[in-house]
Amino acid sequence: MTDMLIRPAAPARTLRHRLTRFAEAATTPLLPADYLDLVAPLRSGTDLRARIVSVEPETRDAATIVLKPGADWAGHVPGQYLRIGIDVDGVREWRAYSLTHGPRADGLISITVKAVPDGKVSNHLVHAARPGTLVHLEQAAGDFVLAEQPGKLLFVTAGSGVTPVIGMLRNLFPVADSGVVDLPRSADLDIVVVHVAPSEPDSIFIDNLRELDHHGAVRLVPRYDDQHGLLDVNDLTGLVPDLAERTTYACGPSGLLDALTEHHERAGLTLFTEQFRAGFVEAGEGGTLTLADGTTVAADGGTPLLDVAEAAGALMPSGCRMGVCFGCVLPLKEGAVRDLRNGAITTVDPISAGAGGVPIQTCINAAAGDCHLGEKR
Amino acid sequence: MTTIQKKTVDPTAHLTAEDIEMLGKELDEIRQEILDDRGERDARYIRTVIKSQRGLEAASRAVLLFSIFPPAWVAGTAGLSVAKILENMEIGHNVMHGQWDWMRDPKIHSTTWEWDNASPSDQWKHGHNELHHTYTNVVGKDNDLGYGIMRVDEEQRWVPFYLAQPLWNFINACFFEYGIAAYDLELGKNLAIPKEKRSADFKARAKQTLNKIRQQATKDYLVHPALSIPTGSFVPTLAANFTANLVRNLWTHSVIMCGHFPEGVETFEKKSIDGETRGEWYLRQMLGSANISGGPALHMATGNLSFQIEHHLYPDLPSNRYAEIAPKVRAVFEKYELNYHTASMPKQVYSAWHKIVRLSLPNGWLEDTNAKNAPAQLAKLYKMTTGGPKVRRAIEARSRQERRRREDAA
Repeated sequence: MTDMLIRPAAPARTLRHRLTRFAEAATTPLLPADYLDLVAPLRSGTDLRARIVSVEPETRDAATIVLKPGADWAGHVPGQYLRIGIDVDGVREWRAYSLTHGPRADGLISITVKAVPDGKVSNHLVHAARPGTLVHLEQAAGDFVLAEQPGKLLFVTAGSGVTPVIGMLRNLFPVADSGVVDLPRSADLDIVVVHVAPSEPDSIFIDNLRELDHHGAVRLVPRYDDQHGLLDVNDLTGLVPDLAERTTYACGPSGLLDALTEHHERAGLTLFTEQFRAGFVEAGEGGTLTLADGTTVAADGGTPLLDVAEAAGALMPSGCRMGVCFGCVLPLKEGAVRDLRNGAITTVDPISAGAGGVPIQTCINAAAGDCHLGEKR
Repeated sequence: MTTIQKKTVDPTAHLTAEDIEMLGKELDEIRQEILDDRGERDARYIRTVIKSQRGLEAASRAVLLFSIFPPAWVAGTAGLSVAKILENMEIGHNVMHGQWDWMRDPKIHSTTWEWDNASPSDQWKHGHNELHHTYTNVVGKDNDLGYGIMRVDEEQRWVPFYLAQPLWNFINACFFEYGIAAYDLELGKNLAIPKEKRSADFKARAKQTLNKIRQQATKDYLVHPALSIPTGSFVPTLAANFTANLVRNLWTHSVIMCGHFPEGVETFEKKSIDGETRGEWYLRQMLGSANISGGPALHMATGNLSFQIEHHLYPDLPSNRYAEIAPKVRAVFEKYELNYHTASMPKQVYSAWHKIVRLSLPNGWLEDTNAKNAPAQLAKLYKMTTGGPKVRRAIEARSRQERRRREDAA
């Protein structure tokens, strides 16, 4: 009896495939891309990057960063955001910002950033970023986009939460040097913008909103905390009498969004929200440790995660156990740790968590909150 | 290389336990200063080095496409040799130490880096970062000391086999990358096990190493020579790549020898590190390493391993900072009256080779030999080489006796 061996069809050996293999053989242990990226970082077929074209101040603490994205940029829909990785003090940091233009003819994209107090990345982008700097990108994402037939709309924006809304408005009503351009597709729109800011000078994009208001494209209802007091969502009915007929899009800090969600649910109204500022884990003393296999154990603030995990019977990569060899490095997917040698805190922001976590040395870091470790890469 | 515990004079005898802990704290402070200041300048440094190295390598390989012309061969070979040295030393070694992990750049990270060397990075990191850097100069723990293959300690009994060790060492220097690969595989230990009993882990790692060697050899000895065929430069390019690998091997071997081999570098007994404190660990690193003095080009070419002492104290600090902290580290040595071992490259290389030659001969033979007694000494060596263990022991005993008598007389 003969065994029939069914071989899977060999992959098509195209010329391109062979050339790639040959180029790889010539550059091993590196890849051809490692050389090409040095001269053409924005070319097609490599990691997505962008070059900063200009940094345009919007207010004293906000700026629009205009970027030329790499060839593989797939475009975006107004209201979407992108993840941007930029080196601040030599350390790669990832944050999300919404795109502020609709698709532009020159292919450039832009984000508008408000420098938040102690915000490492936002302050760097607003005050220190220089044209020519190379940054890292991910494709645009986010469901905070307008429906095909928008109907009557209400935008509630607070602080830098205005940026995705500006992206939508700029797409609906492009602003040329001569003023606002009326597009046929936007003729039937009826839009109210309730814009909340601490004070008038702190209000980014207020000039753009006023211009659209003067033109009649939108009705602007500015609410400044210093003049009008903090916005109470129950006042919305007074500010926007036909609230019930409108679909609400809200973007801002979580307090406002939570209140709006509750209000709209009670009233049975449609609401789309986008929370913008990512939450960070506050470093505390100790917490729990969750391993890749799901095991969770208590971890005190003075014992290295490696020891905690091993005491719980886990098989951990390890080496010198003194912070020297980096044999124990694992991605921290969630939480915060404290370096037992110098007290330095490492936290995982949601963007890094999405990208697989921050690699940490488990032998010298102790829990400073509830930590989740991933698999060795 | 008698261990510090067996020496008659202990260079640390004047230090109390409190001194050693204070010393550890002072060294921790130096480390913290760099951590606090580490930033954009350092990131720019490593990216510039990587970019320059890749540019130099690409340009050298392009020139070698015309290596049939002697000036092109010389320029291309020299450039490629330098590029390979930079890649292994200032970039590969240091990236794999995790010196640049803090940048969170996945392309310059100890967990993703692969280097232009026969040993796969995973295996090298285990052998080097874990074993050598944790158990530096501890006899029986740190294989870098060379006990397995050479006579590096007077305490090791001399046998005629060791006469050839200068030759072995030279051959190892020429093919150093394969020596490292074999060493990281613990080839000697594993090949001694019968084939069917070898661990699955060893087999997997051996396969990984062979695969890496195949890729490396294909690149240097097939792909690039083949690309040179249009100008009739297949053989010259192959020779150029072989030469560049040879130069890199000889250079890295010399630098590594300078780190822990020169006379005066201390070694330690296995028991001495039981319950070792952080201060004691620092002290062992201080006494177990030797620096090479020189200019910026030398430091760059050694991957800043010319600051071997600083590197062993702080293996994960960015290499560009070692030069900066060296004076502070030296001040700690002086404060605690310890010997900061540093000398020029020729001196350290000579010292290391002298030790290898000296220990390839019976104890005291080289020191006792002069122009006058050379024939008698040679005859003695001949007898020890051809005679059995009994003869050797008898001659050794007599030599020791004579030496003691001479010392008493002096």
